[in-house]
Amino acid sequence: MIRVDLGRTLALAQKEAREYRRTPFIVGAMVVLPFFFLVEPMLTIFVVPASEPARVVDKTVGAIFLLMLVVPTVIPATVAAYSVVGERQQGTLEPLLITPVRREEILLGKALSAVVPSVAIAYLLFALVEICAALFAANPHVSAILTEGPHILAEAIFAPLLAMWSIWVGTAVSTRSSDVRVAQQLGTLASLPPLAVTALVSFQVLPPVLGVAIGFAAGLLALDIGMWWVVSSMFDREQLVTGSRPAASSAAAPGPGEVRRIRA
Amino acid sequence: MSEHPSAAAVPTGSSGTGAGPALAVSHLTKRFGGRTAFEDVSFEVARGEVFGFLGPNGAGKTTTVRTLGTLISPTAGSAEVAGIPLTEANGERIRQRIAVMPENPGLYMRLTIRENLEFFARLYGLHDRGSRIHHALAAVGLVDRSDDLCGRLSKGLRQRVALARTLLNEPEVMFLDEPTSGLDPVAAREVHELIEALREREVTVFLTTHRLEEAERLCDRVAILNTRLRTVGRPQDLSGTLFRRSLAVETAAPLPDPASVFTSSAGVDGWAPDGAARYLLSVADPRAVAPGVVRALVRAGADVVSVSETRHSLEEVYLQLVDQDPEIRS
Ligand SMILES: Nc1ncnc2c1ncn2[C@@H]1O[C@H](COP(=O)(O)OP(=O)(O)O)[C@@H](O)[C@H]1O
Ligand SMILES: [Mg+2]
Repeated sequence: MIRVDLGRTLALAQKEAREYRRTPFIVGAMVVLPFFFLVEPMLTIFVVPASEPARVVDKTVGAIFLLMLVVPTVIPATVAAYSVVGERQQGTLEPLLITPVRREEILLGKALSAVVPSVAIAYLLFALVEICAALFAANPHVSAILTEGPHILAEAIFAPLLAMWSIWVGTAVSTRSSDVRVAQQLGTLASLPPLAVTALVSFQVLPPVLGVAIGFAAGLLALDIGMWWVVSSMFDREQLVTGSRPAASSAAAPGPGEVRRIRA
Repeated sequence: MSEHPSAAAVPTGSSGTGAGPALAVSHLTKRFGGRTAFEDVSFEVARGEVFGFLGPNGAGKTTTVRTLGTLISPTAGSAEVAGIPLTEANGERIRQRIAVMPENPGLYMRLTIRENLEFFARLYGLHDRGSRIHHALAAVGLVDRSDDLCGRLSKGLRQRVALARTLLNEPEVMFLDEPTSGLDPVAAREVHELIEALREREVTVFLTTHRLEEAERLCDRVAILNTRLRTVGRPQDLSGTLFRRSLAVETAAPLPDPASVFTSSAGVDGWAPDGAARYLLSVADPRAVAPGVVRALVRAGADVVSVSETRHSLEEVYLQLVDQDPEIRS
């Protein structure tokens, strides 16, 4: 089915990671966003008094679960949206596509480089919240719900699945765009719908039991695979090379000795 | 400047490995919707040849390179690249054996020179990456700059890095798309030296350019393209065959009756004034006809300043062919 050379895929992932590390806004997004998303959980853990009834606490904690999933959804979308547009802007798409690398390897390599750090950050964040909840929560309901087994499992499974979805969506937008900002905004927007669905579990509209979590995970996985097919069929060499033609080649002024057209 | 490209570091071409031409193109056509990029193009390039692909902007040079480089598929016609039929299924095999330097260097600006080359070497699945990269860097004189970020390099140096990248996989056919466009004369000259070095090593080079002196100087043969292929040949032969040869005659003062002088000398097929006291004679064999013309001029009492065979440059061939083309004027 899909033939993938691991060496080339890893070469791409490492190249990508190197570029990201040297791109201030990506580093910024990975460092700043998580802090931003820590504020609300920490307030809930440290500030909600023990007297608060369980019914109210449920909603607040639901918001925390959702917030924790925003990180692995939004960061990869931002990064992936940059991935193809960045190549196009540097003019590296053509040199890349002229090598024996297969499109699946390009896509997987790029995905890997975005999924790994995003999910790692998400897990770290979630672990921090869990530990604080278990040790310091002022309200017993807060710690009880936050440390519930199925909830933790759901978070752990949803994070990479949401990240994959975001990456394919971001890449899809990126392949058809020549502007990084537009690609990022569209990519982020398009990454959100599955997150909204997980809100149903977070807010316990659907009970956060194992069966429901696994059902949702299976649904997300199916979405991821479907989106993978869409993206890899959009990722066509000819389309990528000729889709948006660089203006630079025609705008270059003729140098000395170059022949210009004499007749008007 | 200490870093000169060194011919010794350029890899040897694989000219001995396969039989048949490096490129065989037959009636190849590419259209984008209703727009024809190039049409009915046929030619062959022998292994080890430096082949110039000459044409004005918009002639279809880049599209031809991309088509032969398997990036875009032709609308009609067929081709063999490095002995392999150009089909979708053969794309990967062909890409492994060729290299293309596109119009823009296309380097990762946030990576160093070495990191760029390392990445591409891995995509080619090369095992001896360290030595390949070293040789490629040596060939373009960039060994001591290998840890510089590409974003900080001048345009000329970026072009050299892009050239080094094309050397990595020791390609059987190397496509260079306007490699000197936008370079200052010194940088352009370094690129020329490298192409010379490639020729000595019998690497097949497909060089697109709109600089005539570049084609004339570097190429074994040139093709002139203007959507359709106008002509293919050795630079010196093209100017010989495409024009009737002529003699340029200059006298101290205008001749009172040039017609009688020129029509009386054998071998002159026609004549035309070319300035006040200059005349252009159309002849079949300039060396045989010149003495008779001089005698006729002397008999007529003219003071001969010079009689010389006019040489047509490739530029004239090119302009004539390009001007004949109705499409260019659209
Ligand atoms: N992606 C494309 N879509 C539509 N037309 C194109 C595309 N690429 C090239 N062309 C057209 O094909 C012709 C040849 O272009 P090109 O191969 O870039 O010429 P050159 O490299 O000789 O300057 C031009 O008329 C150009 O406008
Ligand atoms: Mg071009």
